[in-house]
Amino acid sequence: MRTFNKTTYDSLEDFVYSKAKNPVILKNGMVIGGGMLYPEINFTLPTMTINKETMPQILEIYKEIATGICQRAHELYVPGFVAEIETLPPMTFNPQWGIDVCRTVADVLNEYSTKYGFMASLRITPNDIREGNDLEHMWHGSHWDSMLKTFEGCARNGADMLAIESVGGKEVHDEAVMFCDISKSIFALSVLGCKDMSKLWTEIVKVADSTGTIASGDTACGFANTAMVLADRNYIPKSFAAVVRVVSAIRSLIAIECGAKGPHKDCGYEGVYVKAISGIPISMEGKSSACAHLSPVGNVASCLADLWSNESIQHIKLLGGMAPTVCFEQLAYDCRLMNEASSKGNDKALFLRDCLADSDSIHDPQAYVLRPDVVLNISKQMIKEETYYDRAKRGALVTVNILRKAYDDKSLKLDDKELEWIDRIYDEIEDMPKTEQELTELMIPQCEKLSPEKYDLV
Amino acid sequence: MSNLQLISESVQKGRAKETVSYVSEAIKEGTSASDILNNGLLDGMSKLGIKFKNNEVYVPDVLVAARALTKGLEELKPLMISEDIKPIGKVVLGTVKGDLHDIGKNLVKMMLIGNGFEVIDLGVDVSAESFVNAVKKNEPDIVALSALLTTTMSQQGEIVKALTANGLREKVKVMVGGAPVTQAFCDEIGADAYAADAATSAEIAKIFAIHK
Repeated sequence: MRTFNKTTYDSLEDFVYSKAKNPVILKNGMVIGGGMLYPEINFTLPTMTINKETMPQILEIYKEIATGICQRAHELYVPGFVAEIETLPPMTFNPQWGIDVCRTVADVLNEYSTKYGFMASLRITPNDIREGNDLEHMWHGSHWDSMLKTFEGCARNGADMLAIESVGGKEVHDEAVMFCDISKSIFALSVLGCKDMSKLWTEIVKVADSTGTIASGDTACGFANTAMVLADRNYIPKSFAAVVRVVSAIRSLIAIECGAKGPHKDCGYEGVYVKAISGIPISMEGKSSACAHLSPVGNVASCLADLWSNESIQHIKLLGGMAPTVCFEQLAYDCRLMNEASSKGNDKALFLRDCLADSDSIHDPQAYVLRPDVVLNISKQMIKEETYYDRAKRGALVTVNILRKAYDDKSLKLDDKELEWIDRIYDEIEDMPKTEQELTELMIPQCEKLSPEKYDLV
Repeated sequence: MSNLQLISESVQKGRAKETVSYVSEAIKEGTSASDILNNGLLDGMSKLGIKFKNNEVYVPDVLVAARALTKGLEELKPLMISEDIKPIGKVVLGTVKGDLHDIGKNLVKMMLIGNGFEVIDLGVDVSAESFVNAVKKNEPDIVALSALLTTTMSQQGEIVKALTANGLREKVKVMVGGAPVTQAFCDEIGADAYAADAATSAEIAKIFAIHK
């Protein structure tokens, strides 16, 4: 298992979009993080039921989506792109359905990339189904088996990259977010989440190694994005969501420790921290994901992206064509502009990067913690700690201090309510137990929805 | 400050122990259950609800207040039974089959409880059959359905059909919500109301309760 105790990046001058210290080379020759920013398009079905009877229609829809994207890629001279399929729950419960979808899309990408000469790669993200009362255990039983079967089947049927948004600890984190309980959040992410990531990613890497695919990455979407969405609705403080974002990087990094190579998946903005520490390329989404949710980080999210994604869009008709095709066009133009800036020299790319950061970061703490300078600063301090729990605590404390200082310097706007919560979060972290063991003993009785035996905690 | 005001204040501050203590004192002083409920406990939640709607407080503040309210209600329950005071309505709530999202549902639950409803929470991944059985067993005024996926929202329609098939549709109001759900979808499946957020769901539920 790889370990990290310092950041891969020392200087902000190297820390920029489209360039990663450890780029990923795919089978078709596409280099991610090698100096070219590529679009990553993600899509989902329109309103419909998924069952045995509708599967033929579903496969036709996926074929239509992939065809539309390929045609637009050709029309816009896109040199290469990644398509991502996030399977929906029934497609993981019934692995063959997910595998059929993967094969269908892969066949279209292969056909058109051969015909038109662009590079097209496929990332498969099986939905993590390990939730609900009928879950036997996190690491064995029917849910676990179905997930691994989906990974393996897709890896043998056209997928180039394997990814997931895993949910270990989510049942605890959902409550932590609702109550803005930072101790519980850190327990969910740095104890339960990290434990699960280690087990899960060891297996995913084995599948990748045995199938010649790339183990790419795992985002804390169900944790930090849930917090972001609630913060955007004014349900919880934005500062809390910003702290969760930083802390979530600790669990997401474990995929890389287990052997994943990147690109880190979109929709986990903590990817910037994973890039700072590990040097792997990352996928990011920002203004391009307005089709899926409000984002307070529309520009700053692209500062360090190696793939530029749209989160997800339904296959519905718009004036400009079907929505995934339209969305792909927008991604293509964003990438074209950013690549043009890079081609004029690193100083131009850095100028664009800093404009993207500055335009967002004053308005929202969630955007502030994605600034490349802030990312590097926090990453350096977090990764010095030995244990996941200590890294999480350090990351949370440093983040709170940085947000407070940014407010004092007038480089971040925060209202009184936010300031009050920053102090509350700080005080709570200061009072947290010294060790993971003490935290676990404290937390288990407080977490109504946690079944400790499913994590081998008892 | 009167005991009722103290109850209201303690609920707003989320101080459960204080709430229980003030409710107990009010009972000893001979205050009616109806007064304690409406002018103490629910008054506190109502005032906090207004602050929440005006973006003056966050959900965690409302949640701890709801916990205080629940503790206060437990203390008040024997007197409520003896005075035959009932909740303003009963709601059967759940996230539909195939969908495991529960944060939105839990927010709705919290808002409904805070507005004086009794809530039977069926949890997540709930089949149409389970909703039908829960309606038969609990005889609610309202059935509230949550769905967060484009591929599960159609289950809301299946539940409406199942209620109709079991002769229960006319006995309950059906409310639907969730990120992909719209008023048009609500109309299409024959539900009674679409709620865009948790606070709105409680407002609509109150209207249904008043006119039942």
